[in-house]
Amino acid sequence: MIEDLTAARLQMALSLGWHIVIASFGVGMPAVTLFAEWRGYRSGDPVYTRLAHRWAKAMGVLFAVGAVSGTILSFEMGLLWPGLMGRYGDVIGLPFALEGIAFFIEAIFLGIYLYAWDRLPPRAHILSGIPLVVAGVASAFFVVSANAWMNQPRGFDLVSGEVTGVDPWAAMFNPGTPPQTVHMIVAAFMVTGFGIASVYAVGYLRGRRDRYHRLGFAVPFTIAALLSPVQVVVGDWAARFVATNQPIKLAALEGLARTERGAPLSLGGLYQDGELRYAIAIPNALSILAHGSPNAEVIGLDQVPDEDEPPVNPVKWAFQIMVAIGFGLLGLAAWWALAWWRRRGPPRSTWFWRAAAVAGIAAAVAVEAGWVVTEVGRQPWIVYGHLRTAEAVNPARGWPPVC
Amino acid sequence: MSTAIALLVVLWLGLTLYTLLGGADFGAGFWDLVAGGTRRGAARRELIEHSIGPVWEANHVWLILVVTLFWTAFPPAFASFASTLYIPLTVAALGIIGRGAAFAFRKASESLAEQRLYGATFAASSVLTPFFLGTAVGGVASRRVPSGVAAGDIWTSWLNPTSIFCGVLAVGVCAYLAAVYLIADARRAGKQVLVAEFRRRALITGVVVGVVALAGVAVLAADAPALYDGLRGQGLPVAAVSIVAGVGSLVLIAVGRYRVVRLTAAVAVAALLWAWAAAQYPLMLPRTSPSTPPPAPQRCWPRY
Repeated sequence: MIEDLTAARLQMALSLGWHIVIASFGVGMPAVTLFAEWRGYRSGDPVYTRLAHRWAKAMGVLFAVGAVSGTILSFEMGLLWPGLMGRYGDVIGLPFALEGIAFFIEAIFLGIYLYAWDRLPPRAHILSGIPLVVAGVASAFFVVSANAWMNQPRGFDLVSGEVTGVDPWAAMFNPGTPPQTVHMIVAAFMVTGFGIASVYAVGYLRGRRDRYHRLGFAVPFTIAALLSPVQVVVGDWAARFVATNQPIKLAALEGLARTERGAPLSLGGLYQDGELRYAIAIPNALSILAHGSPNAEVIGLDQVPDEDEPPVNPVKWAFQIMVAIGFGLLGLAAWWALAWWRRRGPPRSTWFWRAAAVAGIAAAVAVEAGWVVTEVGRQPWIVYGHLRTAEAVNPARGWPPVC
Repeated sequence: MSTAIALLVVLWLGLTLYTLLGGADFGAGFWDLVAGGTRRGAARRELIEHSIGPVWEANHVWLILVVTLFWTAFPPAFASFASTLYIPLTVAALGIIGRGAAFAFRKASESLAEQRLYGATFAASSVLTPFFLGTAVGGVASRRVPSGVAAGDIWTSWLNPTSIFCGVLAVGVCAYLAAVYLIADARRAGKQVLVAEFRRRALITGVVVGVVALAGVAVLAADAPALYDGLRGQGLPVAAVSIVAGVGSLVLIAVGRYRVVRLTAAVAVAALLWAWAAAQYPLMLPRTSPSTPPPAPQRCWPRY
């Protein structure tokens, strides 16, 4: 049998890991769909309109799936982590309440958008989809700001252990909110773009290469491709933020055992007995990336007692997987751009289409890995520096009970 | 009006809407379960699918609203509620997953065996979810969920007469609401046979739910005296509204006013929830009583 804490963390990881993929489409799909519908309206090309209609239907199904998994998550916040909710529920309540409102707006306008497809004039119908785009992005902002708060807790005072002086706005706009929310919203659009495009890439490999399939690939893939370089910059911003504000998390995701000047960037490797082994080291690269100077000091895991260290290997590997996929997708985007620049057409190589066919799954894996980095990297804290995950877990007896 | 009351009112509005809209979805699943054999029940199942297809699981937005508002406005109460009642709430959550998934898979599946499996999952979870949510309500209403993280007994908090009564009542209310809504849907679809069938079902469940609710008063008198007193006191006017609307709905169904009855049936059910709130106010959860005996040592599974 496994411990309650581990079981609770696994259950939460499973629920979140599922929800984040569905939610990514919920954030990204309205804009992609609306863009296609708008192109169809402006150009009079019925293929765009057909694609938009098809995507709208998928969006409806994904919304319902997301509603279910979102319901489960809201339950689990209390079932698994009553110590967090009971103590800090009012501090982080605001973004959740606002997310609830955004979710309502989404539900109402999704109903209108789907129901009114043939019943509203085209221009009015496109306008009815705009609240969907706004509410989807806003939802992502609110929920991720609550997560950012767990990394950078603000907006309350601790007076002899009691939470007082609650300022929900300061909690929501904590320093972690800008890099984390932007990173996730861009990621959601990339998952959506590469995800939809993969479906048509598979079709292309199977010989379905008519205009419908070509446009079905080109629209979402181009959107995701344009965002790929943006995400590299945003990701760097997020990593430098972690380096400054959560140095131990950075040490874990780099496997840096000891604080040092001119720290190397390590690729691969296994962290064993307080040491990183079998890694390829690029001298001074970590100091440059994290603090902008080859001899900058980077904090290592030796700065905190063992019980305050996050598990290094999962965090480090998840980070490397995320970065590797990010650059892989950037390469694919560059290939696409190069082909258009040189020949005004998509790449002809089968290898491009094979890679594009797995790009959607790869983007989703990168999102999962990114969440492992931020969530496991925060351990053993649920509220960084204030509340341990072990103190927040539901202490009720398990069933079946374990000795 | 204090902030706490204002938030409670909004919370209860959300709970009411979830009961009325989400409850009808669950009830439709109940009618799917008892629709009869594959061939005989086909027309009924088709009507049910047609009615709830467009909303599918979207009515859970109300539950999400209730849960997030609950923890934002009353964090310690939410933590106490969820940690003590984790068993029924987990089963309810599993039911919500099973329902959503099975409904989708049934549409997509080709073979009859698969459709039966998914159909059964869909229908069974439609009954289990309201039942277990009802038992959680019963635990709070009978003051078995004390304030404090995991301060209550994880079994008796929801395995007790009041909880069982509330669970049964919840299933009954869902079935009743769905039957009432489905009559008008069947009429709009021009299916006269189904109109008659769901009319009969609405009348029968209406009577059964009414009888169960009244019989439950005896359960409350014995098992939850504080709530019983509240229902006879400040909750009485609201409870009376429920009774009047409930009886009135039966008359309206009998005379064939299927659109108006949607409203009156909703009022009858909503008033039930507000009567509970009025009867229990201002106590949300009782303080942990110092006389509670420590949990008895128990047999348990060895750790490997």
